[in-house]
Amino acid sequence: MNSTLAILAVLDGISYAALVFLVSVGLSLIFGVLRVVNVAHGSFYAFGAYLAATFSLAVAPLSPWLTYPALVAASIVIGVVCGGLIERFLLRPLYGRDDVLQLLITFAAFMVMDNLQRLIWGVQPIFANEPLKLLSNISVFGVNYTSYQVLLLPCVALLTLIGLRYFLRRTLAGAVIMAVTEDREAATAIGIDAKRVYFVTFIIGASFAALGGALALPTTSLVPGMGADMIVLSFAVAATAGLGQIEGTAVTALMIGLARAFIIYIQPEFEVLVPYLLMVMVLLVRPYGLFGATQLRKI
Amino acid sequence: MAGRFKPIMMTAAVFFLVAAVAPLFVPSWATLFALILAKSIVVLGIILLLQAGQVSFGHAMFFVTGAYSAAFWGKYVGGGDIVLYLVLGAASSTVLGFIVGLFVMRYREIFFGMLNLAFSMVLWSLLEKMFHYTNGADGIRVARPGFLGLAFTPEAFQYVILYVSLLIAIAAFFGVQRYLDSPLGHMLRAIKSNETRLEYLGTSARRVLLVGYVISAFLGGIGGTLVAIIQQIATPEFGYWTKSGEFVFIAILGGGAHAFGAFAGAAMFEVVRFYAAAQLVNAWQLILGVVLIVIILYAPNGLIGFRQRDNRSKEGGH
Repeated sequence: MNSTLAILAVLDGISYAALVFLVSVGLSLIFGVLRVVNVAHGSFYAFGAYLAATFSLAVAPLSPWLTYPALVAASIVIGVVCGGLIERFLLRPLYGRDDVLQLLITFAAFMVMDNLQRLIWGVQPIFANEPLKLLSNISVFGVNYTSYQVLLLPCVALLTLIGLRYFLRRTLAGAVIMAVTEDREAATAIGIDAKRVYFVTFIIGASFAALGGALALPTTSLVPGMGADMIVLSFAVAATAGLGQIEGTAVTALMIGLARAFIIYIQPEFEVLVPYLLMVMVLLVRPYGLFGATQLRKI
Repeated sequence: MAGRFKPIMMTAAVFFLVAAVAPLFVPSWATLFALILAKSIVVLGIILLLQAGQVSFGHAMFFVTGAYSAAFWGKYVGGGDIVLYLVLGAASSTVLGFIVGLFVMRYREIFFGMLNLAFSMVLWSLLEKMFHYTNGADGIRVARPGFLGLAFTPEAFQYVILYVSLLIAIAAFFGVQRYLDSPLGHMLRAIKSNETRLEYLGTSARRVLLVGYVISAFLGGIGGTLVAIIQQIATPEFGYWTKSGEFVFIAILGGGAHAFGAFAGAAMFEVVRFYAAAQLVNAWQLILGVVLIVIILYAPNGLIGFRQRDNRSKEGGH
């Protein structure tokens, strides 16, 4: 492996890690606050991507620059509509009930959304790479790469990380979320509406997944099954980091992204194996994840 | 307890009778019922673990192990017999179940589920990517095996495999019930209600769970072998996480409180798939998803729960 390939692998890894981080952090946030493993999370990712494709194909003839707001709009729409509906009508009746049921109802939501996606957008691959073409290529140590992937995606991921940290640690709304996570009963006793906190958190988490999908759109083709693949991958990242660990998720996403990128150049057939093998090894030694404390109830 | 579940045993008897007789009149049902029974055997394993309050989101790894042991034998050794395949499938999944079980026993609930998922995804990626040995995503065809040295035409074979599945399913049904009524089975249930007290009694909860886990892996392997023989193929998709989800789905759909829930759930699942998939290729999952949502929200004890008048299992379960 020469240095050009190595740089290429690093760039691949970073851009991939940025997308995976966005999805995983949503999953981790939802688990941290609601204690629900959201199996439908991959569907938010897929829906975000597909709706972004619809939006950007619609606005691209007007001005290709409009595709950027279209991506963001698509992810917010999916986060609020799909996330909101699922939390309000599927999860809310089940709080305090068996964990299995909560997990399984999101699995049911996944099945429904998976089919809806085929019914709405069909099964043919969809491409829409206007945003990618708008930004020029840049040269990193002599390797040409799209600046969309090496600059924009990591910047969005980084801003998300910093923004989320700031929101949770420094704002009142964040403090309220932290309070409910820490002790729901005590928080309710001092007048916090825990149901609303759950609702809002779920929408935020779902929006991150949809944003990950929307931003992935220019770099990949949309195919049925992309949601199912993404949910296990993001789950592997979130679990390896420790569910509910936001900074840890970022580090783990980068780790898995880089490992995967290097493996692709060295031994491509093991590409999909890497994240799961890493997950097995980490969980065997540290079931709470790399960054999880033994007390898991934390975001 | 025996008196309370009597209507269920009657339903079970009727169900097995229908499975044996109805396909004689409607030939296309032979495969349908065989699939229902094979899947039920896997789901029995899920129900076992549900008794201990544990949900494995990676149980498809045993299912796929059973399927591939038949497929590999056919590909690399050649020839084959249903009995041989079943023995191979059962043995390999039991061994895998024991090895994986040694690790996952240490964890409960979400960690138990996660680790199972991780193991199953490792197996899935190996099957998917070791193209040279496994044909990758296309899977391996499983040629129609003989049975006890006899060869059959395709028409006769679908009945052979139906009755083999039926016999195994009945044995598994009674075996699982017998196990759950045994001291070991009661200890398994105690893991859900109070694991600490179980330890105080001087038993090792891990060992109790390990036994349950290995049995459930064994059932998963047998079911996988049967499905591979029925569908004449083994693909990595048999071990994908959605398959694991499907088994848990069937268990909750039917009702996790009693072994018959596996059969009720699998029958519902496969019948919807059988008829809906023909007309609505991209909507059968949607229909099943909606059914599952309704069941979870309004009948959390599953299909068999409709028959149970009193709410004792509800109080005990949640």
